[in-house]
Amino acid sequence: MEVALAADQFTGEHQLVQSAQRGDAHAFGELVARYMRRAYFAALGLVGSHDDALDLSQEAFARAFNARQRLDPERPFYPWLYQILRRLCFNFLRDRRTRRTRLEAATPWLVEDIRDRARAGDPARLAERADLRGRLERAIDVLPEREREVLVLREFEELRYREIAELLGIPIGTVMSRLYSARKSLAAALGEDR
Amino acid sequence: MNQGEPPRDERTRRLMMAALDGEITAQDRTELDRLLQADAALETEWLQLARLKEVTSDMALRRPSEEVWDRYWGGVYRRLERGVGWILASLGAVVLISYGLWTGIKSMFGDPELPMFIKVAILAVIVGVVILLISVIREKLFTRQADPYKDVVR
Repeated sequence: MEVALAADQFTGEHQLVQSAQRGDAHAFGELVARYMRRAYFAALGLVGSHDDALDLSQEAFARAFNARQRLDPERPFYPWLYQILRRLCFNFLRDRRTRRTRLEAATPWLVEDIRDRARAGDPARLAERADLRGRLERAIDVLPEREREVLVLREFEELRYREIAELLGIPIGTVMSRLYSARKSLAAALGEDR
Repeated sequence: MNQGEPPRDERTRRLMMAALDGEITAQDRTELDRLLQADAALETEWLQLARLKEVTSDMALRRPSEEVWDRYWGGVYRRLERGVGWILASLGAVVLISYGLWTGIKSMFGDPELPMFIKVAILAVIVGVVILLISVIREKLFTRQADPYKDVVR
């Protein structure tokens, strides 16, 4: 049943991509509606700011539409879109670091998972968690971009190693190595802050 | 060690990652437990990573308001529209500027009162700009397509 549903979804996507390639903006709009959340959250994890994530993910869709003739309709749409998106995000991060003009993010981009709220309880614990969240955000913000990417895909998008490897076109061993380096840096950063 | 298998340290790291993320086999878990028991420094590292995993597992990406999704396609569509607008405006500008230049050059060279060195200087500026434009366009169209590193993210 699940396989049949996945196949239907892919057939639908296949048709949408073909229609979009013929210039059908409505079909492309369907693809946007299907993947906008995923693209937005991927960008948010990479750049750590709502406004920038919105801007970059919308730009990725616009560029995907302009380059739609290069897309193979036999292949899934999202991994192709993600390649455009990650390149935009990495270039954005590089420019931001080079200019060194980044203002501190006005709003946090991480929140405590809703599953944990039942345990939240007293204000002291809430303050402690908010502090921890802030330190984690700052530590993630200074990770090398490829380590940050793998960490975000694993921790916040909850992809499995195989899915991450396929999305990025790298071996599973590389996924694990990047994840290890990212986690070591975060553990060290959180440990030092204490 | 089998060919293609990572070095011991690397394998240990991968075992720890797989264990943290619930992607470890029973056999590998036994191997990891044995390694942890035999190496106190490794066990300390493992505990640090496990604590970090607890912290990150309790965090999620902040969700934007539902309005963001309602307006999302509008934002993409505006970008597409503006792209078309820029292309039309640029094409129109190229045609108009070319026509203006052509008319200007014709009348300039037809003016017997304008000194020859001015005519030559203006011609040099125009030819220079055209060469620069052709060079940039050629780089964009041909050199970049043949660049094996064009997809490498800087």
